[in-house]
Amino acid sequence: MSQAATLHREPAESPLTPESWGKLGMWIFLCGDAMTFGTLIVTFGIMRIAADNWPVPAEVLGINLTAAMTFLLICSSVTMVKALSGIKRGNMQEFRKFMLLTILGGTAFLLLQAYEWNHLIHVGVTITENKYGSPVFGDTFYIMTGFHGMHVFGGVVYLAVILVGGLTGRIHQGNSSVVEIAGLYWHFVDLVWILIFTFVYLL
Amino acid sequence: MSEAAASAHADHGAHEPAGFWSHYVFSTDHKMIGRQFLFLGLFMLIIGGILAMLIRWQLAWPETEVPGLGWVPEPHMYEGIIPPSTYNMLFTMHATIMIFFVVMPIMVGGFGNFLIPIMIGAKDMAFPLLNMLSFWVGAVAGVLMIASFFVVGGAASGGWTSYTPLTGAAVYTGVNWGINLWVLSLFVLAFSSLMGSINYITTLINMRAPGMTYFRLPLSIWSLFITAVLLLLALPVLTAALGMLFFDRVFATNFFLPAGGMPLLWQHLFWFFGHPEVYILVLPAMGVTSDILSVFSRKPIFGYRAMAYSMIALAFLSWIVWGHHMFVSGMNPLLGTAFMLTTMVIAVPSAIKTFNWLGTLWGGSIRFTVPLLFAIGFVSNFVIGGLSGVFMASTPVDIFIHDTYFIVAHFHYVVAGIIFAMFAAIYFWFPKMFGRMTNHTWGVVHFIGTYVFFNLTFFPMHFLGVGGHMRRIYNPMQYEYLEQFGDMNVFITISAFCLAIAQIPFVVNFIWSLFAGEKASENPWEANTLEWTAPSPPPHGNFATTPQVYRGPYEYSSPEVEEDWLPQTRPLGAAAATGH
Repeated sequence: MSQAATLHREPAESPLTPESWGKLGMWIFLCGDAMTFGTLIVTFGIMRIAADNWPVPAEVLGINLTAAMTFLLICSSVTMVKALSGIKRGNMQEFRKFMLLTILGGTAFLLLQAYEWNHLIHVGVTITENKYGSPVFGDTFYIMTGFHGMHVFGGVVYLAVILVGGLTGRIHQGNSSVVEIAGLYWHFVDLVWILIFTFVYLL
Repeated sequence: MSEAAASAHADHGAHEPAGFWSHYVFSTDHKMIGRQFLFLGLFMLIIGGILAMLIRWQLAWPETEVPGLGWVPEPHMYEGIIPPSTYNMLFTMHATIMIFFVVMPIMVGGFGNFLIPIMIGAKDMAFPLLNMLSFWVGAVAGVLMIASFFVVGGAASGGWTSYTPLTGAAVYTGVNWGINLWVLSLFVLAFSSLMGSINYITTLINMRAPGMTYFRLPLSIWSLFITAVLLLLALPVLTAALGMLFFDRVFATNFFLPAGGMPLLWQHLFWFFGHPEVYILVLPAMGVTSDILSVFSRKPIFGYRAMAYSMIALAFLSWIVWGHHMFVSGMNPLLGTAFMLTTMVIAVPSAIKTFNWLGTLWGGSIRFTVPLLFAIGFVSNFVIGGLSGVFMASTPVDIFIHDTYFIVAHFHYVVAGIIFAMFAAIYFWFPKMFGRMTNHTWGVVHFIGTYVFFNLTFFPMHFLGVGGHMRRIYNPMQYEYLEQFGDMNVFITISAFCLAIAQIPFVVNFIWSLFAGEKASENPWEANTLEWTAPSPPPHGNFATTPQVYRGPYEYSSPEVEEDWLPQTRPLGAAAATGH
């Protein structure tokens, strides 16, 4: 039977990602997740256009702090790339170092976000009311940054599990695609933040 | 999964896992998960059906005692009489259960899981563990939905569409945790769907057997592929909207409430999900119908590629027509016209499919089996439902019939009509799923009863609707102009009861065949697709060796062979000469 296959050359167009099923699975998941973020961002846009008392973001939100957070998250994407390149070349020390830096970057982002939320709640922007104008400003702000923050938190846990896998030797050069897949997720979370930063804080 | 892990799994596939729990409950075998989804759906079908019977009782004999229900405590029922609040709950939960917990689990969860790997020649899904999780998360969603009947205030009563602001705060419906649980249940179900669609798409792209190109896939698989893509992209929209609705209800935010938020936005988000959802429901039905018609007409499907492309066209169009649900919600007439035009375009791929089905039957040596009868039943009901859809696509007509029983008639012909394809698929794949044949005579009795009473139930609803009978009205007899429809409502209700009774032969046949049916051979229908080359029922891992595919799935009555079927795996000509 298999001999017939090789001799007769029946067309074969499968698989698309022979190196790892998970890679395709992650891409598909990210498409779905992008729809969730897309829905929230579109909701935000429609609410904002319709409201007549939408506050100027720069007057309510701290742009400098969040610019720093954005920079931090972009840096953690860079370290993620370095970690992947390390494990692909079999340099486990480099993998561990940059993986740890990526996790630290994500954790610092979360801590800064907690600080930012705490500050905003104190100055009167909550999910139910907003001293500076439309109450939906707070609603959309918290649901978007919160949903993204959950993704960062999930990512930090995800990356930590991978790092532990690297330390115990379960993840190595031979199955580095696991790291690549986690990287896809991490870069996606980073990309979404850049969109949220642009739409919510800058515009 | 790496290459090493894939081959490890292949070794594992050689023997079945021992033990009751790992075999029947926490199974990672796609066929067991498919059967689990099937049973979940059939169980929920009974609940959804009972709710429908109660709705019909109230409409035929308003505010009279439902026999045998005097024990239901107040305020749900008053000595067997259904109060308006309970009536609202009945139609809300009927629709929710039928859509999310009957059609989706059976057609997408059940047949999607059972058929995708085996019809493409794979041993299992790409992520078997994720697949198991998908079912159990779905089961949790089902438990949450059922639990909502038992909380204070009863289950959700804001309609299955849950329009805001009605559902935006508990004060408007008087139902607090009922709707909260409804939201949570669908939220959880969305995760189940997400896991399922990731699995389906990855499996379909990566794991097709050698020779199984995209245009050699059976149309069932094409339809499930497209459905999975729609699920992947549409469900998250609902998830996000449900999240916001939940915040509105529980944490007093203002997304969909008039105080600063936008009630109408819910409708846009809901229908942006909701219209693709309609195709999530109907596409698998179209797919299995195509396969079954071809098998029993002993002819290739008419226009295979046109069938696949028309499903892609339907899936694409489903994203740009959501506004047709909202013609009377307040919309710029120009936008309404745009939605009217895109909606009317749907008639083109739908008609392509219908005529291709008829073309498949035309001139065939038809074998009148039970699956074929049900498949024809689906086609004929789809034609009626499709044509009434054109009425509603037209804005001026829709303004008149919106939210009347005309709509109820329409979507039951389309969505409840899916049940014909569902029964066709159950009768068709029963031998493969359970290794036994169903009884033909009782199957025919089931078909005749279902077909006749389905039409007697739903067809008169068109007349009610055109006569102005409102859709979610508690007691139509309050209105003088609706009194003339009293007898027709009684007629519909009696037909609906008969439709329910007509399911008894199915239940008996199903259970009897499960244990005592005639043993099924490998290929009892003499069909071409890959699942019929595996034993009935197939073992864990499906195939002893990976099948090699040589042709498309519809080579019936081919002049190249003596038999009137030609399996996809059978080599001919050069391939046969070199292989054997």
